[in-house]
Amino acid sequence: MTIAFVIAGTLSIIATLLAVSRSNTVHALLYLIGSLLALAVAFYTLGAAYAAVLEIMVYAGAIVVLLLFVVMIMNLGGRRKEEERALLGPSVWVGPSAVVLGVAVELAVVFASGLTPATESSYVSAQMVNAVVFGPYVIGVELASFLLLAGVVSAVHLGRRHQKVIETGSDSPPERSSEDRDPPGTGDRGESGPAWATRLHSKEVVE
Amino acid sequence: MSVPPVYGMVLAAILFVIGLGGLLIRRNMVFVVISVEVMLNAGGLGFISAGARWAQADGQAVFLFLLAVAAAEAAIGLALILWLHHRHRTVDSDSARQMRG
Amino acid sequence: MQTVIWIVPILPIAGFIILTLFGRRSAWQFSAVVGAGTVGVSALLALVAGLTLAGVPDAGRTVISSLGDWVVIPGFSVDFSLRLDVLSDLMAMVITVVAFLIHLYSTAFMRGKGDYHRYFAYLNLFVGSMLLLVLGNNLLLLFVGWEGVGLCSYLLIGFWYEDPTNGLAANKAFIVTRIADAALLVGLFLTISTFGTLDISQVLSRASSAGSSPTVTAIAALLLVGAIGKSAQLPFQLWLPDAMAGPTPVSALIHAATMVTAGVYLVARMHLFYVLSPGVQLAVAIIGAATLLYGGLSALTQHDIKRVLAYSTISQIGYMFLGLGVGAWSAAMFHFMNHAFFKALLFLGAGVVIHRLNGEHNIMRMGGIRRTDRPLFWLFLTGAAALTGIPLVTSGFYSKEAILESAWIYPVAGPLFWAIGAFGVFLTGAYIFRLFFHVFLGESKKDGGTRPASFIFYPPMILLAVGAVLAGFLRTPRDLGNVQLMSNFLNPVLAPEQFRPAGLSTEVMLQIVTALLSLLAVFAAYLSYRRSTKSKVEEIEPHGIKRFLYTGMGADWLATSLVVRPFLWFAGIMRRDWVDLFYNGVAQAGLLVNRALRYTQSGLVRWYLLGIGIGVLVMLGMVVFS
Repeated sequence: MTIAFVIAGTLSIIATLLAVSRSNTVHALLYLIGSLLALAVAFYTLGAAYAAVLEIMVYAGAIVVLLLFVVMIMNLGGRRKEEERALLGPSVWVGPSAVVLGVAVELAVVFASGLTPATESSYVSAQMVNAVVFGPYVIGVELASFLLLAGVVSAVHLGRRHQKVIETGSDSPPERSSEDRDPPGTGDRGESGPAWATRLHSKEVVE
Repeated sequence: MSVPPVYGMVLAAILFVIGLGGLLIRRNMVFVVISVEVMLNAGGLGFISAGARWAQADGQAVFLFLLAVAAAEAAIGLALILWLHHRHRTVDSDSARQMRG
Repeated sequence: MQTVIWIVPILPIAGFIILTLFGRRSAWQFSAVVGAGTVGVSALLALVAGLTLAGVPDAGRTVISSLGDWVVIPGFSVDFSLRLDVLSDLMAMVITVVAFLIHLYSTAFMRGKGDYHRYFAYLNLFVGSMLLLVLGNNLLLLFVGWEGVGLCSYLLIGFWYEDPTNGLAANKAFIVTRIADAALLVGLFLTISTFGTLDISQVLSRASSAGSSPTVTAIAALLLVGAIGKSAQLPFQLWLPDAMAGPTPVSALIHAATMVTAGVYLVARMHLFYVLSPGVQLAVAIIGAATLLYGGLSALTQHDIKRVLAYSTISQIGYMFLGLGVGAWSAAMFHFMNHAFFKALLFLGAGVVIHRLNGEHNIMRMGGIRRTDRPLFWLFLTGAAALTGIPLVTSGFYSKEAILESAWIYPVAGPLFWAIGAFGVFLTGAYIFRLFFHVFLGESKKDGGTRPASFIFYPPMILLAVGAVLAGFLRTPRDLGNVQLMSNFLNPVLAPEQFRPAGLSTEVMLQIVTALLSLLAVFAAYLSYRRSTKSKVEEIEPHGIKRFLYTGMGADWLATSLVVRPFLWFAGIMRRDWVDLFYNGVAQAGLLVNRALRYTQSGLVRWYLLGIGIGVLVMLGMVVFS
């Protein structure tokens, strides 16, 4: 079992590294699916078969596939490969990498300082999990449903068309009769934000 | 022979750090969402490992909630990506900086 | 009686509030009725109160009415209380009656000159503040009224604010009196620390029981500075000639009849302090004598009809201060009352002249009013005669006589004070009749004729003229009937003069000298007028000694170079002092921090995430390595 875990973990690490470092979005998402599948194996070896199944079904099957759909609908995959590469110069990643390494070192220290070995059998069945979830944690289930509802509402709100958006300060001053300048089919009527918002941006802080 | 939970914890830490690095380095919003998913997963793995250590169901229960959080996060993240793409014709997170002081 | 006292000052203030709130939107008749009506009712009540007081014995002639506490701290308290005694009631009667007549006059005079309701609102506020000043039972309430009338004076001098020079004149009046008021305020603080109270009767009784001391002298001197500032005495006389920028009825009410005499009232009210410090009292007399000479000489050469009257006011208040200085308290108050009548009359007459001649102020370009307006001629003649003190028939004669007699018997340099006062009589006659002849005699020098005057102008002036003549008979010298109504009325507050009287024959002789001087002055003015009509020399810029007098003896130049310039220079230095370094440093540091913090607000999500990452690093580190 330990060997299976190590193999799965290694695969997962490699796939994740590839997922966050690719410049092609579609490739990255496919690596992410790979990583999640490997992680599901790891779950299983830890005795959490139920979580492993959910990982495959919900994460890999639903969430990431949803991401994939969106990326393909927007046609983002591979379109700006050069731009994407240009954004990854050393000046971009040196600072964050230092921080990340620091966190890694600290976590290593934590683990090195000791976790007690495992008990003999660590298998936890789906029955046990659900008994807990709908027992002591039932309030959490309700809260999760609220969270999902809120997520749906905000997603719908953000994705609405014809929304009023505040113009950025760098844009040329908005004009009311700018419909003819809009690219066709976007559905955005080019409505400018309230006048004060534009003023607010164009005005520099007086020093 | 069951897997030592500390292995799970180490794996979780490695994945979390990778996700954090991706989050800090990438400017493409899609990768930001991916990185957040990775980090959430790492957190879930940590819970499951701890649950395995004590042979308790609570770890997996929290993982269930984590799934809900991840789903909501993905929905909103995607909506934000769509919005950004719609407004600025790009998915570069640096292009949305109206909050600059 | 208790409540009536409060109604007297509150009515005009209520009128002010009503006019402020509703005046803009209502017809001019509303402003006129509210403005004049409230003051009229106040005048009626003050007169009733005065008659009541005159009817009761001396001991009962003080009514104090308190509305409750104002400031209460351990060891010191001030309440809202008014004090009606003979002195304050005399003031209140004169103020309200004259104010009512001038309000009446203004209803016609201010028509068509803009901001009708604002004018009456200010004027009502002025009357209310003035009444608070004279009726206040403690020095704090007096001070509130004191500042209130100063404010109204400022507002009304700058009433026609479109012209910047009017605003500058208002500023000048406000700032000069403010400097003197600072001294008054210090005097009040000293009073509190010395006597522990501001209640007038308590302060006076404690001062008289404590006797003479340097502190009392200091308080007397400080109050005197405040008084001469308000009353435009040397060296604070600068502001009054410029204050003529205001509407003419305002000059009549505030800058002739009432407000400028507040200083006289203050000194008379606190006269025990001056009795206790003879040095300061001598200073009062000297200031008065110097000012009456200064005002008379300066008035001689002025061309502006209102500036002549302004210098005349300075000079006449000088007489009052001379009277106070030589201890003739009731004589000074007597002169105040007469002066209020005849000077208001003269100003209102000048207002009619200016109105008829379409705003002409220069007396050299006037003339022939006698033909166009016969009633005005007689009214103005009455006022001028009363001001000069034409013997026997005018009030000015009797009040000046009372002051000069007391000056003669004053132990320190009495005859000298008398001589200055007598010379002042000559000057007074000369300048006012010079003005009178130029304005009323001869031919009209203006083209386009005159504007008709409203009939409302005349009843107030007639009543004032009656007052200017008859008020004199309230007190006559011993050889001319020996009527002592005035001094008897004031007896409970202002003790009669303390010095031994001069012999009867001396008095008669002094009276004859001053009477002759006044008549001589009229004659001299006539001769000078005849000469000037022939030579036309007055039209050109004055030069030499005339120019010196024309500019008010260079007082403005002196004040500018001695006070204003050094002050500005000093202020210029203080602008760059090191204290500012600290405050500017605080601002600079704030800006610096702001600029630094602005960098953190880059608007980049990654930037914020890096912040979170560093936070995680640090906090984990604290857990791990602790």
